[in-house]
Amino acid sequence: MTIVRIPDDALARAGGADALAAEFAARGCEVQRTSSWGMHWLEPLVEIDGPDGFRGFGPVTGDDVDAILDGKCSKSIGKIEDHPFIASQTRMTFRRAGKTRPLSLQDYVATGGWAGLQRARRIGGKATVEEVKASGLRGRGGAGFPTGIKWDTVRKAEADRKYIVCNADEGDSGTFADRMVMEGDPFALLEGMAIAGEAVGASQGYIYLRSEYPDAIRKLNAALELCAEIIAPFRCEVRVGAGAYVCGEETSLLNSLEGKRGEVRAKPPLPALEGLFGRPTVVNNVLSLAAVPHILSEGGAEQYSNAGFGRSRGTMPIQLAGNIRHGGLYEIGFGITLGELVNEIGGGTASGRPVKAVQVGGPLGAYIHPDQFDIVFDYEAYTAADALIGHGGITVFDDTADMLEMARFAMQFCAIESCGKCTPCRIGAVRGTEIIDRIKAGGRARDRIELAPQMHNTIKEKGRDTADEIALLADLCETMKFGSLCALGGFTPYPVISALRQWPEDSSHDPEVVRQALPEGAG
Amino acid sequence: MSEKSELLGEIIARHRHREGPLLPILNDVQEKLGCIDAQSEAFIAKGLNLSRADVHGVVSFYHDYRSEADPRPVVQVCHAEACKARGVEAIIAQAEKAAGKRVRIEPVYCLGLCSAGPAARTGDDLHIRLDADSVAKLVERA
Repeated sequence: MTIVRIPDDALARAGGADALAAEFAARGCEVQRTSSWGMHWLEPLVEIDGPDGFRGFGPVTGDDVDAILDGKCSKSIGKIEDHPFIASQTRMTFRRAGKTRPLSLQDYVATGGWAGLQRARRIGGKATVEEVKASGLRGRGGAGFPTGIKWDTVRKAEADRKYIVCNADEGDSGTFADRMVMEGDPFALLEGMAIAGEAVGASQGYIYLRSEYPDAIRKLNAALELCAEIIAPFRCEVRVGAGAYVCGEETSLLNSLEGKRGEVRAKPPLPALEGLFGRPTVVNNVLSLAAVPHILSEGGAEQYSNAGFGRSRGTMPIQLAGNIRHGGLYEIGFGITLGELVNEIGGGTASGRPVKAVQVGGPLGAYIHPDQFDIVFDYEAYTAADALIGHGGITVFDDTADMLEMARFAMQFCAIESCGKCTPCRIGAVRGTEIIDRIKAGGRARDRIELAPQMHNTIKEKGRDTADEIALLADLCETMKFGSLCALGGFTPYPVISALRQWPEDSSHDPEVVRQALPEGAG
Repeated sequence: MSEKSELLGEIIARHRHREGPLLPILNDVQEKLGCIDAQSEAFIAKGLNLSRADVHGVVSFYHDYRSEADPRPVVQVCHAEACKARGVEAIIAQAEKAAGKRVRIEPVYCLGLCSAGPAARTGDDLHIRLDADSVAKLVERA
């Protein structure tokens, strides 16, 4: 019987994978629902078993089914492992992507599953933390904090209970790697959490998962049921969010888990010492935890730290998104340039028009101009360029994008999603949106109060022009950046100021006005 | 006891032993009743020994919770950056026209399908690579 592999990942399903699976089954094929390879422009991607192994076809529609089975389909991409998009990657966290059935314990064990957990149990908590430290793993959620040091803090804390919390509130636009891990390799995440539990002495884990990911919720709950005995005595539970972006911030997430408003907490105290219900808590991103089983396998830590660049060790699952021809998941060691990612691997824009801007790191990341495409993927290099890697999402825009509009959207998004705890973010984002509206309108006339004689500092003869508004926006961004409690208010200035600075022609008919009004180093 | 309070009682009983039971309870109430109104808030507050203000504060914080039920079918269209880059703005007018007053079009910020937008969600079904025609069809079917 011909074996057909079709992903059951949410993106493939949205592209019609379920109907395809039914079509192939109706023609007598054995259909296996695997995880996605991450070549999203080819989804639904179908693999057929043949004399020389599996061959891929994509993107497949119902009309192609007969042609594929007859060997006459023109959508063949050959052996998937040999495809340049896959062959050029270094897959560690995503080493099972495309190859296994997500909920098959048999497939998981056959590909080295649970070896990391067994070894962690054998070598004990202290040695496990040392392994994670040696791997150089840094938090993949965005901040890049060394995971081993965080674990060590929790391990050394004295408490009656400790917790492992997985931050699966992947709200950044342009990111989907967490979703792919949870849907494609759920046991790896659970194994990573169990190892973390073993390392720090915690027996309860929570996965805080956003409500926008229905497939991931279903898969993880099913996976938890299947492996409960294997990870025991460690227990784990999925908690579903309720549509608040800010709950991706770790302290806000902890409040939400406790059943409170998702407001940010001031730090200190660090969650590692006083986290969930006031107990020492490891809060790690899905990608950080999913990297752990590999690191804990024999020789894994060294292998992991051998990949990378500078102080950014290991691999980063980079997500190519937006207007890009070859969008999908690309895991590689740090050190690759943005130009290579966008133009060579991503193949430029999907629309075929020139690339105008690239946003790296989600809604809080800076917009990067093609002139800066030689920037190397590395935490320190991005920080130096006033940009951030964040969760590794890369969103490409073609030349039809209006960058002032994108700056406005960044402010508006911050206003909608602000938790309201700190003033720079809560009020600043609203005022920021208004200022950008005025920049768009070219300034404004003086209002009645400004014209009153008591307001003797106001220049009465002329209204506020674009330059005045831009200077005000830069000042506001400075306040938000240094006065906000968390990254939402603190990083929103990055996309705003970078959009104005790099594309001044979108903010004013006279770009020179924008350049002059933006102080050096602002934002 | 009315049907509603019976249902609320069941939901509270199902979750109250858990650590931090409020969000799981609210998620279930929103799903079953389509909203969390003042009456439900009071009931939940009593069940968990919280103040009504505490519960209302939480309910009003999260985007997923509604204070009034809306019987219309919902189509959530992603408006985040990646879908903007792929042209969601150009198809939203078509979606709204097809929706009229029968369907609610709701913005959502990211469904995690960023390499294949514009994306939308109806119930637990996801949709990708939408254009003006397919989004209109999607709304009509909702």
